[in-house]
Amino acid sequence: MKNAYDIVIIGGGPAGLAAAIAAYDAGVKDILILEREDRLGGILNQCIHNGFGLTRFKESLSGPEYAARFIDEVEKRAIEVLTQTTVLSLTKDKTVTAINTEYGVFTVQAKAVVLAMGCRERSRGALNVAGSRPAGVYSAGTAQKYVNIKGYLPGKSVVILGSGDIGLIMARRMTLEGAKVHAVCEIMPYSSGLKRNIAQCLDDFDIPLYLNHTITKIEGDKRVTGVVVSKVDENRKPIKGTEMHFDCDTVLFSVGLIPENELTKSAGIDLSPRTRGAVVYQNRETLVDGVFACGNVLQVHDLVDFVSEESELAGVSAAKYVLGEREEKDVIDVVNGKNVSYVIPQKLDKKASGNVKLFFRATGTFRNCVITAKCGDTVLLQRKKQIVVPGEMETLLLAQAKIAAAQGNIEITLEEQA
Amino acid sequence: MFDVIVIGGGVIGGAVLRELTKYKISVCMLEKENDVCMGQSKANSGIVHAGFDAAEGSLKAKFNVAGNKMMPAYAEELGVKYVNNGSLVVAFSQEDLKTLQVLKARGETNGVTDMEIISKEELRALEPHISENALGALHAKTGGIVCPYGLTIAAIGNAMDNGAKLYTDFEVVDMQKQDGVFTLTAKDGRTEQAKLVINCAGLGSGKIAALAGDSDIVVKGRRGEYILLDRESGDFVSHTLFFTPTQKGKGILVTQTADNNILLGPTSEEVETGNTDTTADGLAFVIQKVNAMVNNPPLYNTITSFTGVRAYSTRHDFILEESKHVAGLLHCAGIESPGLTSAPAIAKYVVEELVSKHIDLQKNENFQGKRKAEYFFKQLSVEEQNALIRKDPSYGRIVCRCEQITEGEIVRAIRENPPAKNIDAVKRRTRAGMGRCQGGFCQPFVAELIAKQQGIPFEQVTKNGKGSEIVVGVSK
Repeated sequence: MKNAYDIVIIGGGPAGLAAAIAAYDAGVKDILILEREDRLGGILNQCIHNGFGLTRFKESLSGPEYAARFIDEVEKRAIEVLTQTTVLSLTKDKTVTAINTEYGVFTVQAKAVVLAMGCRERSRGALNVAGSRPAGVYSAGTAQKYVNIKGYLPGKSVVILGSGDIGLIMARRMTLEGAKVHAVCEIMPYSSGLKRNIAQCLDDFDIPLYLNHTITKIEGDKRVTGVVVSKVDENRKPIKGTEMHFDCDTVLFSVGLIPENELTKSAGIDLSPRTRGAVVYQNRETLVDGVFACGNVLQVHDLVDFVSEESELAGVSAAKYVLGEREEKDVIDVVNGKNVSYVIPQKLDKKASGNVKLFFRATGTFRNCVITAKCGDTVLLQRKKQIVVPGEMETLLLAQAKIAAAQGNIEITLEEQA
Repeated sequence: MFDVIVIGGGVIGGAVLRELTKYKISVCMLEKENDVCMGQSKANSGIVHAGFDAAEGSLKAKFNVAGNKMMPAYAEELGVKYVNNGSLVVAFSQEDLKTLQVLKARGETNGVTDMEIISKEELRALEPHISENALGALHAKTGGIVCPYGLTIAAIGNAMDNGAKLYTDFEVVDMQKQDGVFTLTAKDGRTEQAKLVINCAGLGSGKIAALAGDSDIVVKGRRGEYILLDRESGDFVSHTLFFTPTQKGKGILVTQTADNNILLGPTSEEVETGNTDTTADGLAFVIQKVNAMVNNPPLYNTITSFTGVRAYSTRHDFILEESKHVAGLLHCAGIESPGLTSAPAIAKYVVEELVSKHIDLQKNENFQGKRKAEYFFKQLSVEEQNALIRKDPSYGRIVCRCEQITEGEIVRAIRENPPAKNIDAVKRRTRAGMGRCQGGFCQPFVAELIAKQQGIPFEQVTKNGKGSEIVVGVSK
C-alpha cells in the first residue's frame, strides 16, 4: 500500500469493480479499491438467485457468478485491493481516510476518486410503523444475508411489506426454505419491483400481493406474533375498518433503497434531493472536480447490468481526468418535467463528446405515453412507449449535436396520449 | 450477605450503587430484566434540566439544581458525553410570555443561574428554524443533554469495577426482615440478603414499597412516544426547545441529543402497565406539535420511534425517605423528570444522609471513579486509536458502519461490566445498530461476536433475552 494513487475507488461491489477495470483499460494503472467487507463483489455475494447478466452477457448468471467475471478481470490486471477496510471520511481535495486492522487509521491521497458505495435498505424505523419492537423484524436484505450467507432461517411464518425486488426475491427464497409467506403488502397502487419478479417469485408460488395495503401494527413482546394490515386511501392513509390480521413470526421490510452518501456529504459534494445521490454530469463527474459517482450510490438501478455500464463510464471518465483531458465546461441542466421523478445526469456539458443516454423514472404508471426531450419549445427527441412504470428505469439517447446546439436547459416530460 | 442491596438498575439505582462503592461496604444490585437500564432510563428525553420547572421548595427543585451542577463532572468521569446546549422555553401567546416570567422567577428562587428572557429576534438568531409564531423564549443556559442509557450503564459498570455485584433476571417478589437482616426473594426462588435495602425500582418502586406495607407510596406510569432523526439532520436545532408548560405538563420537545441525533417527543398518557408499543395516533401527535414549533422538520430522516413509560408518584414529588414500617428500607420512588438530572445529587444524598444513619461509612481508598479510555474509541486521537489498533487489531475493524463502531468496542461491551448478553444490550453500550440502517448491516456480525464470546450456538443469540432469538433454525 502506498499513500498516493491516481484513482481511489470507494467500494468493491459491481460498481467499483467495473469502474476499476474500465479506468485501467483507459490507461491509468495506479488504482486502489477500498472494500469494507472481507471480499469483493458487494451485495451480489448474497444474491444467489439467477437473472443477472441477461443484458450484458446474454446469459442468466447468479449474483456471485456475475461478480466473479469482474473480480477475475480485476485480478488479471493486478489492481490493488484492500478488503476489510472502511473509509471514514473524504475531503474535497480527494484525501481519503480509512481504517483497517493492518494499517490502523490511515490516509490516501488520490488524483481522482470514484464513489461506488452502493445503497442501504430503508428500515422499519424510517416508516414509523406502530406497535412493538420484537425480534423477527428484518429488512429483506438482512434476511437474505442470514439465509444465503450465514445459513440460518430468520423465521417460518412471514409477512412482507413492500414489493421491491429484494422483497419479492425473499418471498420466493423463504418459501423455498420451507417458510410460509402469507402476504406481500404494497402501499402504492403498483409494485416497484420488476414484472418478471412478480411472476416468478409471487405468482408461481401463489403468494398474494396486496396493493394499496400497509402494515399498521406489529405485535409481539419478545418475538413477532402477528401484524395488522390495512388498506390505504389515495393519500396512502390507512382506512379504518379495513384491518386484516395475520399471525406470523417474521416481518420483512422491502420499502426502498437509499444511496449511502454519508461520505459524499462529508466531502461537501452536492446531492440531489430526488435521488439522494450526487448531482453529476454525463461523464458521472460530481460537482467536485475529479470525484465521480456510479452505481447505486448515484441512483438505485433495476439491474446490475446497468450498474456495470454506468460504472465503466465513470471509470473511463476518472482515467481521462487523471490523464489531463480536461476542458472548461459549458453547462446546462436537465429538468424533471411532467410525470418525471428524476433524470440522470442532472447536468450536461455541451462541449463533451459523445451521445448521452439519459436515465429517468416516472412518478407513476402511465399507458400509451410519449416521452419528450425539449429545449424551450424545440422538441429534441420524442419516443412512444406503451407502458411506463416507476419500477423500471427508462432511457433516452440524446445525440451530442443536439446537446451542443441547445440554447438552454433540456426538459424531459412524459405524457399520456388521449 | 451484603451490607446494601439496591433494587433496580436504572439511572438512580446506578448512581446510588456507584456512590456506595466509594465506601468500604459490600453492595449488590438486583435487576428484574435481563440487563440493566431496561425501563425509563433507556427511553427518555436525555435532558439535563436547568431547574426552573419544579415547584419552589420541592425535592425536585432541590435535587434538580444540585444535579445540574454535578452532571458535567459526573458524566466526564464516566466517559459519557454531556453537552451544555442550553434550553429554550418558547412562548406562542401573550399568556405564554407571562408564564416565562413566572418560570424565570421560580428558577431564581430554586437557585438557577444564567436565565434570560429573549425576544423573537434573538430566538431566531439562536434557532433559525423556529416557527414564525414564536414570540420569545426563556433561555436557560445551564440546560444540557446527556445520553441517559450511557450514563446509567457506565455508572453500574464503574460500580461493578469497584466491587459491586449485579444479579439480573431477579424480580423481587418477597421481602422479609428478621434479626436486622433483609431477605429478598426473586420470582424464581433465588434469595439475597443485606442489612440495608434501597428501593430504586422506577415504575416498580410502588410494588417494592407495598412489600413493606408502605401503602402511601403510589407509583403510576405515564407513556411517552418519541421519534428519532438521523445524525445527518443533527444540527437542525442546537438547543432543547420546550413549549411553555401548561397545566398538562411540559409537552413535546424538540432537541438535539448528546450523540447528535434529533429527538422529538414525548406524548404523555397515563397508563397502568409498562407497555411500550408506539401508536399511529401518538406519533402523529408528536409530528403535529413539532410542526408547530419548527419549520420543515426533516422528518424524512426518521430512523426510529419508541416509547418510554415514566414513573411518577401521586405525591408529584420525589420520594426519598426511609420506610415508615420497616427500618433500613430506603425509598427512592416516583423519580420522574427531572430524575436523570437529579441522579448524582440524589445518590449523594441517599448515601451520605440516609445510609450513613445505619452503617458506619469508611472511605474506600481503592475506589476508581474514572472509566478507561478504550471505552470511547471515537473520542480518541488518531495516534491513540492507532496505538490501540496495534495492541488489539480488532479496533481496526468497523462492524457498525453507520455509527462507525469497531469490533474491539463490541467485544469489550460483551466482556466487561455490566456484560452485554444480547444484541440490544450491545446497542445500548456501543451504539452499534443505533444508526440510520438500524442494524440492517451489522446485526449478523454483532450476533456472531456474541455467539463467539459467550461460546453459544448462533441460534441462541437473542435480540433482547430468551424468546427473542434472531433466527429460528438453519437454512436448507
